[in-house]
Amino acid sequence: MRRREFLKIAAAGVAAAAYIRPVNAQSRKDTLLTLSENGPNNLDIHGVGTNRPGYEASWNTYDRLISYGVKKDENGNDHYDGAKMQGELAEDWNLTDSSVTFHLRKDAKFHDGTPVTANDVKWSFDRAVTVGGLPTFQMKAGSLEKPEQFVVVDDHTFRVDFIRKDRLTLPDMAVPVPIVINSGLAKKHATDQDPWAMEWLKNNEAGGGAFKIDKWTPGQEVTYLRFDDWKSGPLPKLQRVIWRTIPSAGNRRALMERGDADISIDLPPKDVAELAAGGKVKVVGTPIENAIQYFDMNVTMAPFDKVKVRQAIAYAIPYQKIMDAAMFGRGKPMFGRTGPLTEIDWPQPSPYTTDLAKAKALLTEAGVGEGFETVLSFDLGAAVINEPICELVQESLAQIGVKVTLNKIPGANWRAEFSKKTLPFSANVFGGWLTVPEYFFFWNYGGQNSIFNVANYKSAEMDKLIETARFEPDPAKYKQECLDFENLAFEDVPRIPIFQPLLDVAMQKNIMGYRYWFVRQLDYRQLEKV
Amino acid sequence: MVVLRRLASALPSIAGVIVVTFLLTRALPGDPAVYFAGPAASEQAVEEIRHKLGFDRSLPVQFIGYLKDLAHGNLGNSLSTGQPVSQELLTRLPASAELTFLALFLSVSIAVPLGIAAATRPGSWIDHTCRIFTTAGVSLPVFFTGLLLIYVFYYRMGWAPAPLGRLDIYSSAPPFYTGFYLIDSLIAGDFETFRAALSQLVLPAFSMAIFSLAPLARVTRASMLAALGSDFVRTAKAGGLSRARIVYVYAFRNAVLPVITTLGMVFSFLLGANVLVEKVFAWPGIGSYAIEALIASDYAPVQGFVLTMAMLYVLLNLGIDLIYSLVDPRVRITA
Repeated sequence: MRRREFLKIAAAGVAAAAYIRPVNAQSRKDTLLTLSENGPNNLDIHGVGTNRPGYEASWNTYDRLISYGVKKDENGNDHYDGAKMQGELAEDWNLTDSSVTFHLRKDAKFHDGTPVTANDVKWSFDRAVTVGGLPTFQMKAGSLEKPEQFVVVDDHTFRVDFIRKDRLTLPDMAVPVPIVINSGLAKKHATDQDPWAMEWLKNNEAGGGAFKIDKWTPGQEVTYLRFDDWKSGPLPKLQRVIWRTIPSAGNRRALMERGDADISIDLPPKDVAELAAGGKVKVVGTPIENAIQYFDMNVTMAPFDKVKVRQAIAYAIPYQKIMDAAMFGRGKPMFGRTGPLTEIDWPQPSPYTTDLAKAKALLTEAGVGEGFETVLSFDLGAAVINEPICELVQESLAQIGVKVTLNKIPGANWRAEFSKKTLPFSANVFGGWLTVPEYFFFWNYGGQNSIFNVANYKSAEMDKLIETARFEPDPAKYKQECLDFENLAFEDVPRIPIFQPLLDVAMQKNIMGYRYWFVRQLDYRQLEKV
Repeated sequence: MVVLRRLASALPSIAGVIVVTFLLTRALPGDPAVYFAGPAASEQAVEEIRHKLGFDRSLPVQFIGYLKDLAHGNLGNSLSTGQPVSQELLTRLPASAELTFLALFLSVSIAVPLGIAAATRPGSWIDHTCRIFTTAGVSLPVFFTGLLLIYVFYYRMGWAPAPLGRLDIYSSAPPFYTGFYLIDSLIAGDFETFRAALSQLVLPAFSMAIFSLAPLARVTRASMLAALGSDFVRTAKAGGLSRARIVYVYAFRNAVLPVITTLGMVFSFLLGANVLVEKVFAWPGIGSYAIEALIASDYAPVQGFVLTMAMLYVLLNLGIDLIYSLVDPRVRITA
């Protein structure tokens, strides 16, 4: 080919390319493009190692028996209402002391058109308590432990018998785990080795939720279509949802600012703060319930075995600096409370403030006035938040003679490291699905050595209070017990709370109906583009 | 025959790669069972998962199991995406390869003429341009060039499409023939998809090309300088051959061998090391796949990735050797 010919053809090609442009404007209004850092690794929440994006896929494609109502939070945004249970697949239910009976919607169907029956519910619940791992464990948190508890009364009536009276039983049936699976479809793909069709449901969805999976390309994209026959709630406004995995936070931000994407979660605090200030997109930050970013001090290791040393450190944390310089204000402060505790809703702010003179005095009282050396460990997987926080603490503690070395632990390693419980000083975050305080304390301050009690804190008094509160029938006594263990935690301070993290969601201004859910992922059912 | 013998000589290295990757992935810090048990799992839940994944068995038993699977062409399952590794590699390798080929094509078509021009006019402005390009190319990290290009051409100017991977969200992938979207869309006669795929490719391909043209331009320039200063070129000049004939036929053909060697190196390097570009452009390639697997201590994809790369290197070296013997009859392949 001659050069001139080549140029001619190339020019024609460019012209042709410019001529053909996809025009798809009207479908854009019914289509939502959402971005996140990671996509699901499994469509089945009962699966082995299903990640948090996997919860989002499951949450939107499967129904549960019951769900929560909605309320406005303090900033006027929609927030699920933990106090108001409402039916999803169940129309209503009767709660007695020994059991709860659900009446299923008679017109509910799965995505393949088969009607939803109580047998499907039983099969799904049996599966959740049998397959092990997260689902079984989560069911246990609501005293749902044995298949015998789940009884099919007739096609549309399903009963759960209690093995003990537990105030978490009903709330636990509205978390993402107890989904209702199309058991007929799933059983077709079950084998002798795999009676619960774990393999098949990993890549295929057999639900009856408001959205069905159109296509899943692992690591890249999930596309959903609305299930038009959905009966468990008002029909969603969106007809199609496209969920792209964009690993680079900078690009997610650019896509949002350019208006090419509709909604994004998982943005770093700095980007969120700047997006919120920029005014081009809407940013909603909801405090994540029952979650705290904190420092743990290992009470079995000197010098943290002394209460005064722990209190000294709590007075030497540069709280406000952390909020301003590391978090850009994207967090709810959990320090500097002046009066006594009056509310029990966890988390509550600690009474500590930055007071280096007091810290120094406490260290002297404890006999380590000359200071000491320690190692502060944190998870590199969340380095965007952890690294600046830990550096600020390093700098501040140096002023009271405490020399801190930072130990950065890679994400894959972090859990294994902190569960050994040999870290003297560490930064971490914890959040629970269920919001009652005793649930948080059971995991984090309980003496039965849960893996989240990284401080190795053990107190007979604390254990007694948590245990009594969990099964306390009298509300007034319950409140007092909660106040007592919360105060004890601040007094003994094995853990220094810093702030309650926010779930930050950036969205275009024409996106309406965003609702915060404890799953910390998006619920497409309420979203709409106007 | 020669080719077969040459291939056979690669077998020991592949066997070595299999053993080493198996042991190395096991030596990685981190515990996949703990990682995949999720944040709220109990000790017992972790043990259950460990058993399910087979990591509670001894290393030799695990290794034999691995070899058996390998013999059946089964590379295992990735835990983080939940898919068979062989299938993932098969869909992701073309994505990386398409990007790499295009980058390499761009970089050769810029670097070689630039190198030749610089060598024929040493000390001129074009030589200095070449020097600036090569220095800038090696000193700018790929992800930085990528981010810069996105910032300028997408965020500021709005010329380039959103960095959303291989296709924008309103196009769908062409039917599978080769896995290369450009080729597949042409086979299907779907010019709209071709245009969409090409426009997504431009920025990542350029950021990789800018990085890889540096070694190519330098080697071209150096070996051209050597060839132009050699006796046969002086003879050709004395014989009164035209300048174009001297430069392109005699000098370049002799100077091209080191360029091809470098090309092979650059290619294999780009294929494996374009992780950062893939991350920046949300490109679903094998580099980003391997990195994600490493972070999650996900053994099977890491093993599969290293094995695939080892195979590719073997094939690539073979290809380069074959090209050598075509370009220069003095080079003969011996095992």
